[in-house]
Amino acid sequence: MKQAIQSGSPFRVTGEMAGVLLLALFIVVVLPLGLDTFRLNMVGKYLTYAFVALGLVLCWGSAGILSLGQGIFFGLGGYCMAMFLKLEASSPEATKIQSTPGIPDFMDWNQLTALPWFWEPFHSLTFSVVAVVAVPALLAFVVGLAMFKRRVGGVYFAIITQAFAAILTILIVGQQGYTGGINGITDLRTLKGWDIRTDEAKLVLYFVNAALLIGCILLCLYVRHSKLGRILVALRDKEDRVRFSGYDVANFKIFVFCFAAALSAVGGAMFTLQVGFMSPSFVGIVPSIEMVIYCAVGGRLSLLGAVYGTLLVNWAKTLLSESFPELWLFAMGALFIGVVMVFPNGLAGLYQQYLAPHVKRALSRGRTIAPAPASATTSAIVPPHTAAD
Amino acid sequence: MFEGYSLAELGSIFAMQGFAGLILFSVFVLMALGLAIIFGQMGVINMAHGEFMILGAYVTYLCSTLVSQHAPALFPVYFFVAMILAFIASGLLGMLVEWGMIRFLYKRPLDTLLATWGLSLILQQIFRSVFGAREVGVVLPDWLMGSVAVTDTIEVPINGLFVMALTMAITVVIYVVMFRSRWGQGVRAVMQNRTMAGAVGINTEKVDRYTFGLGCGIAGVAGSAFTMVGSTGPTSGQLYIVDTFLVVVFGGAQSLLGTIASAFAISQAQSTMEFFLSGSTAKVLTLLTVIVILMLRPQGLFVLKVRR
Repeated sequence: MKQAIQSGSPFRVTGEMAGVLLLALFIVVVLPLGLDTFRLNMVGKYLTYAFVALGLVLCWGSAGILSLGQGIFFGLGGYCMAMFLKLEASSPEATKIQSTPGIPDFMDWNQLTALPWFWEPFHSLTFSVVAVVAVPALLAFVVGLAMFKRRVGGVYFAIITQAFAAILTILIVGQQGYTGGINGITDLRTLKGWDIRTDEAKLVLYFVNAALLIGCILLCLYVRHSKLGRILVALRDKEDRVRFSGYDVANFKIFVFCFAAALSAVGGAMFTLQVGFMSPSFVGIVPSIEMVIYCAVGGRLSLLGAVYGTLLVNWAKTLLSESFPELWLFAMGALFIGVVMVFPNGLAGLYQQYLAPHVKRALSRGRTIAPAPASATTSAIVPPHTAAD
Repeated sequence: MFEGYSLAELGSIFAMQGFAGLILFSVFVLMALGLAIIFGQMGVINMAHGEFMILGAYVTYLCSTLVSQHAPALFPVYFFVAMILAFIASGLLGMLVEWGMIRFLYKRPLDTLLATWGLSLILQQIFRSVFGAREVGVVLPDWLMGSVAVTDTIEVPINGLFVMALTMAITVVIYVVMFRSRWGQGVRAVMQNRTMAGAVGINTEKVDRYTFGLGCGIAGVAGSAFTMVGSTGPTSGQLYIVDTFLVVVFGGAQSLLGTIASAFAISQAQSTMEFFLSGSTAKVLTLLTVIVILMLRPQGLFVLKVRR
């Protein structure tokens, strides 16, 4: 992290670090103390979506590439984890009553008599953990290579990623015998003999998830403050100039798309572990675009904002759909419209505009040295998508 | 995949599936035409397009219920009235949306996408609250029921023929409006060069509003036609939206001919494959093919040559 601190403006970076610390304090100390295990597990579930939102901040906020197919990667990561857990849950002893013992129950129901070849390697935990990140990143690489090298961007890219989300959902639902179909992969029990369904396990998984999230935030901060992060912003604002300066724009786009995919996949895997199942309802068009709104509400330019946005939207969703189910879609729709039309920079934008000056004044009151000029903070809140193409 | 069918049977299968594909084609064309006007001409991503279509479908459903209850004598011709009402309802809503939302977002296409998605969620919930979550279907008048036997093995349903005729008529009307009328000339002028069009005295804001309204109105008519071949539910529109966008993008966003050609290719490929493979595989293959072709030719099949 040393390099990042040196290259960024000093106030902003220490401010960001303070923000990360506050967030860590909030999710590691405040939430576990204030909530019972059931609610905490729920927050853990929300936090897995925050991984997707982080990826979107880099991909959409920084680089201006709106992917409406992040659910693909979330789902793939989740499925990779679920396949391992499912294989462990369907040991020959546990599945004695099936006509073919030793294969997952849904395969038996669909008259499969042997484990498909692509399920075989998922007996190994190491392979599965690698696959969680590698499979989605590889898919993102192929899609990115095909799209960005051909200079497909903007809304076309958004629509095509959406089509990919549709394709994957159709495939998963259609190939019931291999994927568990519409129900997904359910009834997951143990991880290397450790029961993931107990309250204690859920608590442990929550903290593992929180630690991973903080780690990912730091990683994203590092990427943002590196030279790479600056090039991403530059190509969002004036792609042609970056290209004419001699950079291969496509490679940077492919990188950030793969990076976002890998982050989403980590979230997906943690989701499977904490919730205990994975289904195509987290892959398709609707969940994918919902994940964009988490990021948009938090502020598409702010990593920390994205985490808070995810928590807030999901908390509101749970609250509303528990008591007024019909209101939820209205609220969601209004959120989409409101965020785009009134608060394009989301919560983080509001914070920068109204709260940050006060915070800064309060912090600098005790100091003798004046804080860094305001230009450092304002540079981060310029409206994105100024390119009118 | 062809084993077990004789040549004559194969011919009939292709003809029948081709015909089923033509009905799908009609719905695609009607939906895609509206979208091609909005996306191709205005550059606005309207994710709520499917909901405008469903609005038209519900208007038709309301008409059919009202007419069959209060004026059964008029039942055979209610459909034409319903279609006009569907056009007006969707068109007016479209103009309202353009005035309240879209006009602030012309410079930010990705944001329009998100905002209209929000709109589509709200409309879906309104449909669900008003008409219920169950799918509804309209009762067709007698003269649209049944089918015509072309040969012993090939039969074509009359409602399908009617929908196709309707599609052709609407396509011709749109062509005339967009490419042969003074108003259409104004629309194309604004889309090609907004500043110049404004300078020569075209009220560009008004043109935007009416163009958006026209696109949405056509979606309403599409919904009206849709009721003849399928049932309508609050989320039916969402099923078609990505397909329709692919149709428009595949055809080349600014070209009317391209939209029709790509709708034809996609719907025929899908319905023919559906017979031999499972429905899901057919859909996956079609979408993948479209995406691959789009990678090779990102600008779409037909390109309008415009000096920028």
